[in-house]
Formats: sequence, structure tokens, C-alpha cells
Amino acid sequence: MIRYILRRLLQAIPLLLVISALLFILTANLGDPLAAFGGGRRRLPPADRARLERQLGLDKPVVVQYIIWLAGNDWMQVDLDGDGTPDSHGTRHGVLRGDFGDSFQERRPAIEVIRERIGATLLLMGASEVIVILLALLIGIYSALRQYTFVDNLITSLSFIGYSMPIFWLALMLIYVFGVMFQRWGLPSLPTVGMYDLNIGPTVGQILLHMILPLAALSIVSIASYSRYIRAQMLEVINQDYIRTAYAKGLPERRVLLGHALKNASLPLVTIVGLDLPLLLGGTVVTEAIFGWPGMGRLFYKAANAGDIPVTMGILVIISVLVVVFQIITDLAYTYLDPRIRYE
Amino acid sequence: MTQAASLLEVRDLVVEFRTLEGVVHAVNGVSFRIRAGETLGIVGESGCGKSVSALSVLRLIPQPPGKIVSGRVDFDGRDLLQLPKAEMQAVRGRAIGMVFQDPMTCLNPVLTVGRQISETMTVHLGLGREEARRQTLSLLEMVGIPTPELRCDDYPHHFSGGMRQRAMIAMALSCDPKLLIADEPTTALDVTIQSQILELVKRQRDRRNMAVIWISHDLSVIAELADRVVVMYAGFIVEEADVFKLYREPRHPYTQALLDSIPHMDTAGPEELRVIPGSPPDAMSLPPGCPFAPRCTFAFDRCQRENPPLSSAGRDHTAACWVVAAKRKPP
Amino acid sequence: MSEAQIAIPVLKERLQRPPLTPGQLSWHRFLRHRMALVGAGLLVALVLYVLAGAAFFSEADANHVDLSSTLRGPSAEHPFGTDLAGRDILARTIYGGQISILIGVLAVVLSVVIGVLVGAAAGYFGGAVDNLLMRFTEAMFNIPQMFLLIILAKFFGVEAPSFTLFGRTFSGSVVVIVSVIGLTSWMYLARIVRSSFLSLKEQEFVTAARATGATDSSIIFGHILPSAIAPIIVSATLEVANAILYEAYISFLGMGVQPPTATWGNMLNEAYSKLEVAPWMWFFPGTLILLIVLAINFVGDGLRDAFDPRSLGGRSK
Repeated sequence: MIRYILRRLLQAIPLLLVISALLFILTANLGDPLAAFGGGRRRLPPADRARLERQLGLDKPVVVQYIIWLAGNDWMQVDLDGDGTPDSHGTRHGVLRGDFGDSFQERRPAIEVIRERIGATLLLMGASEVIVILLALLIGIYSALRQYTFVDNLITSLSFIGYSMPIFWLALMLIYVFGVMFQRWGLPSLPTVGMYDLNIGPTVGQILLHMILPLAALSIVSIASYSRYIRAQMLEVINQDYIRTAYAKGLPERRVLLGHALKNASLPLVTIVGLDLPLLLGGTVVTEAIFGWPGMGRLFYKAANAGDIPVTMGILVIISVLVVVFQIITDLAYTYLDPRIRYE
Repeated sequence: MTQAASLLEVRDLVVEFRTLEGVVHAVNGVSFRIRAGETLGIVGESGCGKSVSALSVLRLIPQPPGKIVSGRVDFDGRDLLQLPKAEMQAVRGRAIGMVFQDPMTCLNPVLTVGRQISETMTVHLGLGREEARRQTLSLLEMVGIPTPELRCDDYPHHFSGGMRQRAMIAMALSCDPKLLIADEPTTALDVTIQSQILELVKRQRDRRNMAVIWISHDLSVIAELADRVVVMYAGFIVEEADVFKLYREPRHPYTQALLDSIPHMDTAGPEELRVIPGSPPDAMSLPPGCPFAPRCTFAFDRCQRENPPLSSAGRDHTAACWVVAAKRKPP
Repeated sequence: MSEAQIAIPVLKERLQRPPLTPGQLSWHRFLRHRMALVGAGLLVALVLYVLAGAAFFSEADANHVDLSSTLRGPSAEHPFGTDLAGRDILARTIYGGQISILIGVLAVVLSVVIGVLVGAAAGYFGGAVDNLLMRFTEAMFNIPQMFLLIILAKFFGVEAPSFTLFGRTFSGSVVVIVSVIGLTSWMYLARIVRSSFLSLKEQEFVTAARATGATDSSIIFGHILPSAIAPIIVSATLEVANAILYEAYISFLGMGVQPPTATWGNMLNEAYSKLEVAPWMWFFPGTLILLIVLAINFVGDGLRDAFDPRSLGGRSK
């Protein structure tokens, strides 16, 4: 088991390298790195530009630049005054230490800006995952047990519609019905913007209230597709010989389904959750933008719109790494949960 | 037939399967009985309905697409087919234990073997965890699994096929059932393991005075184990007799052909393998007369028209055959 | 082995799945086909809508600004209402639909080309080539597509000039969006193609072809690829739905196709600000997107079952 963990971690390294290389190429071609690290988009006289270039290591060959991008050059000697001999250290710390440059919009390190927003997104995503898994299990199992009945067909049809829905259409619908129309009909309406009411402040209650609609928009699509998957898995498991053995032992139905069938059927869900993370993250961009939820997705959207490259690329790097890490975790979790793999 | 009361009596069991292609008549009016401590062998080729009959006793036929159309299964004075679900659950695994054919797929891969064996006891006998585990250990030892304390917490994929089957037997015997139904448990195992399993079952049967229904297509296995044998063909019972009688004086042409087709070791030169020409009828469209008639060398016109019921072919010996019924000597 | 003995295991397999009375049996079989049929019908209807609709409205109608009748609800004159600039929404959904669908299809064509090339090379040549390509594919997989799309669309969206084709004016951003979506959607297909190739290249017909001196490329394209076509078709079909969705997403965010060229996505972008007062602005384009994605999903599902020989009669997902 330990060997497997180590092997898995080692496997991730080349992957991260390739990803970092791709992202580096992207960053290098996006715009003016001088602006990112040199304090904003200002017009500089040529001499100053040259000096800044050397300080930031932008005069070096591409491969070295990649290393600098990753690890910074504050441990290297640069030739600041242009006389040909290195005399001081560079000023970049590198992506590995969180240096993406300074945000164009806010004139402070991009990493700080991102750090402020990441919590809100993790909250939304975390809650969404929990709800999705619970509901998908419930719906999927129920549907499998009532195969071919009217309810099952209804659920299947709704699931199809559910995962064909564009998230923003769903979000707009939700806002319109629960926000606008509820208000008109005199029903208590759900808030549609922001994380909390500015007059009341960020209390738990406020946050939960404001989370309802974005959570729904984010989760419904996933619930629809996961529940279909669970249903298929459950159906397959129910037909297995060992389930017949369980019945032959005289175990009550609930015990057979929950104790025997479910464990087998839900195991692959762990992997699916891991593979789906990129999609979920993509969904948060749209959801946060629509609902004004102050998270990383919305920040990304605004930053991209404003051409704020340090923030944009910073977020991209962070979430890519997050995806890899999360998939390693789900991989390991699956290995742990499936005894066929754990003990080999 | 016999004076002693039956432990289990199946009467006129009819089971169908509704499939996309049509209705499959798997079991067509099958009756048999078994006394306490007796071993009944059910023999027949694949698809003759023997497994379905056995599964029907425990009501393990998946109800769509299968359906137990009619019949009675009297066990210990009650008709199992009419029991409410909860009472049926109390019978399964407790009064009647079952062992299945393929040990590789019959155990849940994500639960430990020990847990799967203990389960029966915690559910049926109300044993606590610790007590159940102790019983499980002694059961594992009884079925011949070495180092049970270690094996108990292993998962099925750590066990070989033979060991899994032993574990299945331990599971089936855990609540000391009165009847064990074994559906071809050795078919998927190799011959040496097969004989070990047979020995195991024999030992346990004798020790507990347990009734056993053993299903197989392998005549030699049946010969070793059974007291009485029932031969099935196309969902019908075609012959029933005490085991020695059946092997020495088979009366139904099908049984005769089956026994004939076993190659013998002690013949002098090369001998042609005798097969039964033709194939079993399509279970979706059974012919009107005797199901074996198309392949039977002794068939005459009545055989094509009417399906013969079981009639006496000797003492404690019945066969479903017009030739036998007419006491015609087969040519 | 007698015929019956072979039939029994197959029968046993079939017995384990499906339904109940003969009535419900045929209904179920009908239903399965029916979903795909409904999907196909819906798809045809939508395509007709965007193509034939052009006969009733000209492109000028779609872009005709009429500031005197902005934000009107559905009426006889404007069945879907008007938008911020007084343009007729019905006409815009027709022309917008043309673009949305066109982008979806073209993007998939691009991603299929890339995916097949990458997958075939990886699967066929194996070894270091496979390793390298798969690392690359995996890396692309791990970078969330939405973010990548936004960056590529925003920063590499050259101010391309509008061009005319078939009598329609297209904004240059259409080409950008097609490329961008195509360049980020090929990975799943590459994986499928690769696994098909890995298994197919061991088959005898490949060895036979090689023995007759066929070149690698002729083996790949002439022999193996035709056998691997089924999963490609299924994937590509479902991918069109995805591409249409992604175009809608980025256009909704304002980074996709730029006005005045309409797409269903950017119509929603305009609708967002007027959400409360003019729900018709987002309802119609949004529902059209939903319908076409739904239709494609039905058809794709049907195709998948049609090509998969194992799903006889019962396993609906």
C-alpha cells in the first residue's frame, strides 16, 4: 500500500512538469511579463526596460526562463547594471512559491488577491460535492430498485433534461423564479447576489441563505448525471451472484442492498468525483459570475475581462495543481476502499 | 410412497420465464420429496430445469422475468411459496442452507469472508459479534480451512476456488440447517478438490443427520452421494429411483442413454463414444408429446401425442414413459 | 455442444436483465428506440428551424435595430419579443442558431482530427511516442477547459475581420471560437482512439496487411481506423452537444462571438442585465440550447446502444 502511494506520487511528477511547461508557454505568450513583475503597465524608457529585463531574467534563453518562472531567480545572480558581471540577486520568487506577479488591477501580489477569494469557492464546491453525492446515491438507488416503473422512467427523463441544461440557463431560471417571481407573488424570495447581505454581515445564516441558489445551479447537473451512473452500477451489482447468495442466507432486503450491494456499486463513484473536478471548477466560473459570489471563479472572470494576466494565470496554475492533487487523493481513496486492490 | 414423513415436499411446481423472445417453460409440473437425513440427487443436462427447481424452493427466482406459476413447496408443515417475506427470510440460511455453483462469483468481494459467515448467525441466531466470530472460526476449521484465525479476516480474492467453496459450505451450515441444497457446487472445481468437497459434505451430513439435495449433471458424483435420484429432462421429471436401482436398472430411455454414454475404462479396444442424437427441445415451444420422443429409439406413436405421467417401473421406482407403462420390453 | 447448450448461457444472460409482462416488454423496447427517435426528430426540427427560418427572415431583419420598440414582450409582430436594441428575437434565434450549431459542428470536426491523429499515433506506435502523447493528453485533461477557453478566447482572440460566406456575414471571432473549442476538446477522443488502436493492432488482419507490405499510414487509416469508427462516431456526436454548450458559456460571459453576430450564447449575455424586466430575452435562446443539447444526448445515447452489441434489451443508463 505504501509502495502504491509512493508510486502514485511519483507518477504525478512528470504530469505536473508537463502541465507547468504548458502553462509557462501560455504565460510567456500572453502579454508583457515586464508588466507582471515589474510593477504594472507603464511606459518605460529603454534603459530602464533593459535593466528590468535583466532583473527579471527575461534576457535568458527559454529553458532558463522556464526554470525562473518556476523557481524564481532571487537565488541567482543577475547583472543589474549592464556591465557584464552579475552583481545582485533577481527579484522573482517563482511560481512554486506563489509568485505570479502583481495584479494589474489591484497593484498587489496576485497570490494575495487569489488567496482572499479561494475560500468562498472551496465552500461552494465542497458543499456542492456533498449534496451531489448524497442525492445522487439516493436517487440512483431508488431508481434502480424501481426499475421500469413509472417513477423510474420519470426520473430517467428528468435526469436527461438535467444534464443537458446549460448551467447559466438553470441559474437564470432559478433567479427568475425564486428571486424575482417569488418577490412578486409575495413569497419569501431567495437572495440572488453576493455571499451575504451587506447590512447584516457575514453570519452563518446569511451565508447559507445566499448559498442556496448558486448551490442548486451548480449541483443539479451533476446530480442528474451521477444518479444515472449510480443507477446503472446498482442494476449491475444487483444481478451478481453474491447478491443471490446474500438473499439465500436469509438476510433482510435492506441489509442486502445497503450492506452488500451499495458498497460495491458506489465504489466507482470515488473515481468519477475525481475526474469531474475540472468540470465542476468550470461550472463555478459561470455560477459565481451570475450570482456575484465572491470566489475564485468570479475573480477569474473579472480578471480575464480586464486583461489582468498575473491573476488569470495564477488562478489557472493553482486550479490545475488542485486538480492533479485531488485526483491523486481520490485515486488513493479508491485504492484504500477496494479490498481487492488494497491487499494485493 | 414411503411411510416416514417428508421434510420437504415439492408438488407440481411450474416455473416460467418471460423474456424478450417469448415465454420459457423452465419447470413443468415437477414433484419430489425428501426425508430428514436423506440425500436426494437431481440429475440432468444443462437447461433441464434442475437449478430452477432448487432455487424455487427458496424462492430465489428473480420475479421479473421469472414466475413461480403454481405448485406447493411444503417444508416442515408450511407451504414456502405462500409464506410472507419475513418468514421466508427466517427459513433461508437457517432451516435451509444453499450452496451455489461458482465459488468465484458467489462471495461479496468487498466484505471479509469471516464477516459473510458471521452474518448468518448474527441475523438468525441473534449472536453477538464476538460469539459469532468464535463460531465462524470453528466452522472454518470444520470445513478444513487452515489457520482460520488469519483467514477469517481475509477477503474472498485471497481464497482459492476450493477454499471459497468450503467457506460457502461453512456459511450454509452455520445455523445448522435441516436441509442443504447444493446446486452443482463442484462443477467449477478440479477433480481432486471435487472429491475433497464431496467428502466434506458427506461428513457433515452424517454428523448432523442433515437432508441434502444435490444437483448435478455429473452421474458419478450423484452415485457417490445420493440415496435416491431424480432424473430431469426439459423441465419434467422422467425417472425417480433409489440410487443403486437407477444405475443398475434404468428404465427410462433417457436415463439409459445417459448411463450408456459414460465411457468405461475397462473395455479392451477403442470404443466409439455413444452420444444421444439430437438436442433437447426448445423450452419456449415444447412439443405436445413426451419431450424425449424426438430422440428416443423406442418411441412409438403415442409418445408423440401424449406426455406420459410418472408410472410405476418397479418397487420405489417410477418412470415417465409409455414403453415402461405398457410394460413393453424394449427391443 | 448442442445448439441448446450454447443457447442456454446466452438465454441465462438475457434472463437476468429485463422486464415483465409481454406488454411492458414491447413497450420498453419501443421506448428505448423511441428516445433516440424523439431526439433525432427534435434535432431535425431544430436544424430545420435555423435553416428554413432564413427563408422567412433575412439577416438584415435579425440585425435590424429599432430603438422605438426595445424590450417588448412577445406579440404578434415579434413572437419572441424584442431585445435591448429593438431587434426581433425570433429572427435572431434563427440566425444565432445557425452560428451556434455551425460552431459546434466545426469545433468537433477539428477536435476529431486532432484526437484521431494523437490517439492513433499513440496507440499504433506505442513506446516513447505513446508515453509522450499520453502525458500531454493527460496534462490537457487536468487543466479545466472552461478556464483555458476563456484565456485563449480573450487573449488570442485576434481582432479578426468579418467575412462573408454563403451570403452571411460572420464575425471573425467565430473562427477563433471554433479553433479554441476544438483545440481543447480532443483529449477524450484521443483516449478512446488510442485504446481502440491498442487492441486492434494486435489483430490478425493487421499482421496480414503488414505482411503484404502496406505502409504504416495505410494500415492506420485504411485498416484499423474503419474498425474503430463506432466509438468515434458516438463520442463525436456527444461532443457536438458539449461544443455548443461551451460556445454558449463563453459567449454568455462576453468572450465568445461578438455582436452584432448573434449566437444563442451571446443573446443570453445581453439578457442577463435585463433579467427581471425582459425574461423572454433569455428564455427563448436558453431553451433552444437546452433542446438541442437534449436532442443530441438522446441521439448519442441511442447510437451508443446501437453500436454496443452487449446491450441487448435492457441496460438503459
